Amino acid sequence: MQHVSAVREPLVTGGKTLHDVTQDICYQVEAKPNIRWMAALSVALFFLGIFFYSVYRTVWFGIGEWGLNKTVNWAWDITNFVWWVGIGHAGTLISAVLLLFRQKWRSSINRAAEAMTIFAVICAAMFPVLHMGRPWLAYWVFPFQNTFGSLWANFNSPLLWDVFAISTYFTVSLVFWYIGLIPDFATIRDRAKGTIAKFSYSMLSFGWTGSAKAWSRYETVSLILAGVSTPLVLSVHTIVSMDFATSVVPGWHTTIFPPYFVAGAIFSGFAMVLTLMLITRVVFRLEDYITLEHIALMNKIMMVTGSIVGVAYITEFFIAWYSQVEFEQYAFINRATGPYWWAYAAMMTCNVITPQLVWLRRVRYSIPLTFVLSIIVNIGMWFERFVIIVTSLHRDYLPSSWAMFSPSIIDIGLYLGTLGLFFTLFLLFAKFFPVINMAEVKTILKYTVDNGPTYNPQKAAHATPAPQPAIHGAPASAPVNYNKHD
Amino acid sequence: MTKRYALGIFEDEDVLLHAVENVRAAGVKVHDVFSPYPVHGIDDALGIERSRLPIAAFFFGMTGLAFALWMQIYMLGFDWPMIIGGKPHIALPAFIPVAFELTVFFTCHGMAITFFTITGLYPRPKVPVMDVRSTDDKFVMAIELDETSSQFPRLTQLLRDNGASEVNQKEMTTK
Repeated sequence: MQHVSAVREPLVTGGKTLHDVTQDICYQVEAKPNIRWMAALSVALFFLGIFFYSVYRTVWFGIGEWGLNKTVNWAWDITNFVWWVGIGHAGTLISAVLLLFRQKWRSSINRAAEAMTIFAVICAAMFPVLHMGRPWLAYWVFPFQNTFGSLWANFNSPLLWDVFAISTYFTVSLVFWYIGLIPDFATIRDRAKGTIAKFSYSMLSFGWTGSAKAWSRYETVSLILAGVSTPLVLSVHTIVSMDFATSVVPGWHTTIFPPYFVAGAIFSGFAMVLTLMLITRVVFRLEDYITLEHIALMNKIMMVTGSIVGVAYITEFFIAWYSQVEFEQYAFINRATGPYWWAYAAMMTCNVITPQLVWLRRVRYSIPLTFVLSIIVNIGMWFERFVIIVTSLHRDYLPSSWAMFSPSIIDIGLYLGTLGLFFTLFLLFAKFFPVINMAEVKTILKYTVDNGPTYNPQKAAHATPAPQPAIHGAPASAPVNYNKHD
Repeated sequence: MTKRYALGIFEDEDVLLHAVENVRAAGVKVHDVFSPYPVHGIDDALGIERSRLPIAAFFFGMTGLAFALWMQIYMLGFDWPMIIGGKPHIALPAFIPVAFELTVFFTCHGMAITFFTITGLYPRPKVPVMDVRSTDDKFVMAIELDETSSQFPRLTQLLRDNGASEVNQKEMTTK
């Protein structure tokens, strides 16, 4: 049963018809790449070059190329890993959690957000794999018997849990995303003119025809995948947080980590979705699909999760004091006032104060402000991971081994490089794949434009051809009975 | 084998739903309906039974869970027991994360494979489509015709009376 509320803002503006949706979204796929896209891709490819160079240096000369030392043996690599995995979380939240909660507004952003998840997880995976030093032996993390005996992997280790969590998360997101893409590939296939395009999209569409039975199964499968992805997305960052929380390092050994990390992940993920969407909607002229209302809603989620993160920061501090453990207390005092105070200050400002501005309606609905906020939150969340990892390690129990961390040029190159990798993948996706889930937007079209179509069987029976659905014309008060089939 | 179909093209999902109900009430068998997006209520109108996929999902999940528990208990408990941090060989709480992840892994991939198999979805270079507009903005009702297409005029009338904007004939070659 669907209802149209008079007070709700429409999810798609501009009085779009079904054909308009196809036209608007296929346009980018069918048109020749525009100059802005080419320019953006060149920049991304430049950074991808930096990535490959940094990977070459890391693999050829070993991880001594990084700025790590005996005391701080985890720094930018794991910071970047957690940052990227966290960013990925918003995609799954939008595609799975919001689907279960029947948040129809997700329809126009879920495709790009899921793509973002997949690309972010690819970027994330680079860091632990490269940190292995010998990435060609990466398969050793899976439970193979090793070649020297019959030793298996250690299932008590959170790092191994991570292997399972990240690989499950990646493959599940990929499958979920691809199943969603199939009907849209079919649409592009049926419009394609060129031989190569026709062939490629036929292959990609898996022979989808949109028959009633296929749709029925498609919906069932989507719901089941959403059902399993929801606990999955919570478990992934829980397990990532356990990399730290199950250790005995002061500052890491914290039971609050799992919920705090999950909230932080969604917080940073929505910031990244906002950054990407604000650019995408302008570049591809999708203002009617990704409306100000969407931006405001995403801002609200960012504010809620950001506030959870803020409360977690304060709770951590309180618990450190309350625990009366000297080392724990020192770890937190050192975080805030020690040599890394600037990182801590950056984290607090960006993550605690910034999202509170969203309470103001003017900020929530402002595109430039939201864009700036989303970038600030992305920076803040990077600093959060840096603070947690580096400040907890750099002053351990033995003051003689206290050290500072400074990144090498390769560290920086690898981080900027993964940004290049991410944006290269995202730009290719945006050009060759439909950035908005057409099929799903079409389902909400009817119920979200302010005046729904009317159908009068008596009148239509004699009219040939049947009247077009009166999306533009009918007055808002026209009797629309959407309950007929329920 | 070549089959002939009468295709009723509809502009709106509600019109289509009524048409499917009426056409079936008139004793005509509807071969299939093709739509650009899932039309809610079409399953009931066409008499498609509720999918049993959720049951399959449950069993895939259970398989994953059983496999994960067996794997961890066998490897660390029996095949090569090791003392890790003074914990028992079979430290069940530590096995929960992997058990959970594999449950999800098996459910998701099992469902995807099942969905592709039963729906007949696989990459192919050419896709036979009844009407290319059915993936854009039209709703297509396909009714199978006999050799001589003798029912076509009557079906045309029936479909038009029920709101079809056009009625076409289409030959499809199926294996």
